[in-house]
Amino acid sequence: MTNKNKSALATVMEDTLSWVDARFPLTSNVKAHLTEYYAPRNFNFWYFFGSLALLVLVLQIVTGIFLTMHYKPDAELAFGSVEYIMRDVPWGWLIRYMHSTGASMFFVVVYLHMFRGLIYGSYRNPRELIWLFGVAIFLALMGEAFFGYLLPWGQMSYWGAQVIVNLFSAIPFIGPDVSEWLRGDYLVSDATLNRFFAFHVIALPFVLAGLVVAHLIALHEVGSNNPDGIDIKKIKDKATGIPLDGIPFHPYYTVKDLVGVSVFLIVFSAIIFFAPEMGGYFLEANNFIPADPLKTPAHIAPVWYFTPYYSILRAVPPILNSQFPGVAAMGLSVVAFAFLPWLDKSPVRSIRYRGGLYKKWLTAFVVSFLILGYLGTVPSNVWGQFGAWMGGADRATVVARFFTVVYFAFFVLMPWYTKKDKTKPVPERVTG
Amino acid sequence: MKKVLLAVLLMPFFTLALASEEVHLDKAPIDASNHESLQRGARTFVNYCLNCHSANYMRYNRLLEIGLTEKQIKDNLLFAGEKVGDTMKVAMNKKDAAKWLGAAPPDLSVEVRARGADWVYTYMRGFYRDASRPTGWNNTVFDKVGMPHILYELQGEQELNHETHELKLAKPGRLSVEEYDMLVGDLTNFMAFMAEPAKQQRNHLGWIVLLFLSVLLVLTYKLKKAYWKDIH
Repeated sequence: MTNKNKSALATVMEDTLSWVDARFPLTSNVKAHLTEYYAPRNFNFWYFFGSLALLVLVLQIVTGIFLTMHYKPDAELAFGSVEYIMRDVPWGWLIRYMHSTGASMFFVVVYLHMFRGLIYGSYRNPRELIWLFGVAIFLALMGEAFFGYLLPWGQMSYWGAQVIVNLFSAIPFIGPDVSEWLRGDYLVSDATLNRFFAFHVIALPFVLAGLVVAHLIALHEVGSNNPDGIDIKKIKDKATGIPLDGIPFHPYYTVKDLVGVSVFLIVFSAIIFFAPEMGGYFLEANNFIPADPLKTPAHIAPVWYFTPYYSILRAVPPILNSQFPGVAAMGLSVVAFAFLPWLDKSPVRSIRYRGGLYKKWLTAFVVSFLILGYLGTVPSNVWGQFGAWMGGADRATVVARFFTVVYFAFFVLMPWYTKKDKTKPVPERVTG
Repeated sequence: MKKVLLAVLLMPFFTLALASEEVHLDKAPIDASNHESLQRGARTFVNYCLNCHSANYMRYNRLLEIGLTEKQIKDNLLFAGEKVGDTMKVAMNKKDAAKWLGAAPPDLSVEVRARGADWVYTYMRGFYRDASRPTGWNNTVFDKVGMPHILYELQGEQELNHETHELKLAKPGRLSVEEYDMLVGDLTNFMAFMAEPAKQQRNHLGWIVLLFLSVLLVLTYKLKKAYWKDIH
């Protein structure tokens, strides 16, 4: 190829780009969101999980499309169609394991992403809306996972859905009608499977995609937080107006995120190829038994990512014979995250400059979350019973109650302990 | 804080170890690369289990993967005019089966994934004589099981000592104890293969994928270093 040809090609490219730019803001959007979006230069490990969540979302949508081509949303055929995918569809087993592993890994990266928000105060002013969109994404994701879990039509799918839909019957007065309306039948049945399929493959993916766009638009409006919790826009280069501690997202963070993607794919593939059931935590053994409305499994547990909330549900005792307080507590434990921007009264954002009090509370919260999560996977008699001095109560239930209180105390007492906490001076410029 | 977190993260493993002590299961001798064992297991499965239990998602021609030829499958394993591409169905329909046997025998395609290989291995060796049961049989792993001991001719009859909870061979069968254990081991091995026929391919491919991704990681890491050399 000669020089002349090259420049001709370049001219064609430039002409095409200016033709597009006159009709669609392509160049300006690439600049605003990638090449001239200035992110703090001190992002650390915790900043990989946003882009990874986006990657998993795309993987779930693409594998989901291919699964939909072979899956049959019919109570008679659903279980068999999943086995058909696992055996007879070329590479079907791979697509299915990517999707089932992807569901769990989605929650892994989202929980780590949320934890990042907690330690560096990413929810604080002016990022409240980013956080609220994020909480909405989390809720939509829980719905998406719940609806999707019914589709393989195994025993756990069936009884998990039965238990969760029945929770709505605990709502005073309208409860029983609401749960019947949700199921479309008196019990989980073919009608339920069909509507859950519709929600799983159309309604919630749309909601999720829309919320992710809103989450990113809000982020790019105010700019990213960083491990120091410093506003990098305060100190700018006088000549260019670019924050001194900011670097263009592309190419710096795109190439850095590629490293994160590589590591993530190694972990992801190791699970898919060598432990797709993940010891029963990602794919439960009971779900290899077809749904049977007449046979209730001895122990019904949700998938691991729901278990902290399930524990809270079980921990709250019924009041006046109504399960509603437990259901309300479970709902509140998820929604509580939305209030963080207004509960946190600390003068600093990042944990680096907070005092010991906040660190202790955060540790207590994380420990509660993990213990509640574990207890939600096992029957409540797993640790046996206390003696008569505690009325013979299940040990695990008492422990779950204690940590439920700690879980909520983290939120409720936050205005008090964040105000009281001794903070360290925040530097002008980002560190490390 | 780190010690506390570690302790919390390890908790499930301790409890799982405790839980598995409740019903003692013998370790099944699973070896997916032992084609002879898998073939013997397939023969036992087709001859004994497949009369009542279907394996509706398992195609006969999947047996090509354990070293059988199409002709061998046709001559030895197809009895009722099935084609090699058919799945392992039973003639008995579910309603009749439920009427005759009390409960329809479950499909066994993914039984090993639902119960575990050790469970199947122990269960098939856990039948004992119990006059109080309608079939005359009971099982150490599955109390009050509806299924009679189909392989009793081979194993013989066991009796349970209710105090020590130990099984004793009261009347020997055609096979010795070692031979019978091997027969059930092969059967379990085959059922594990049948539960996920793609497993061998999955494990094999996994190493290639991980190797590829490790190279990708090296490249992306170098790329990142190259771009970031001016920062800081």
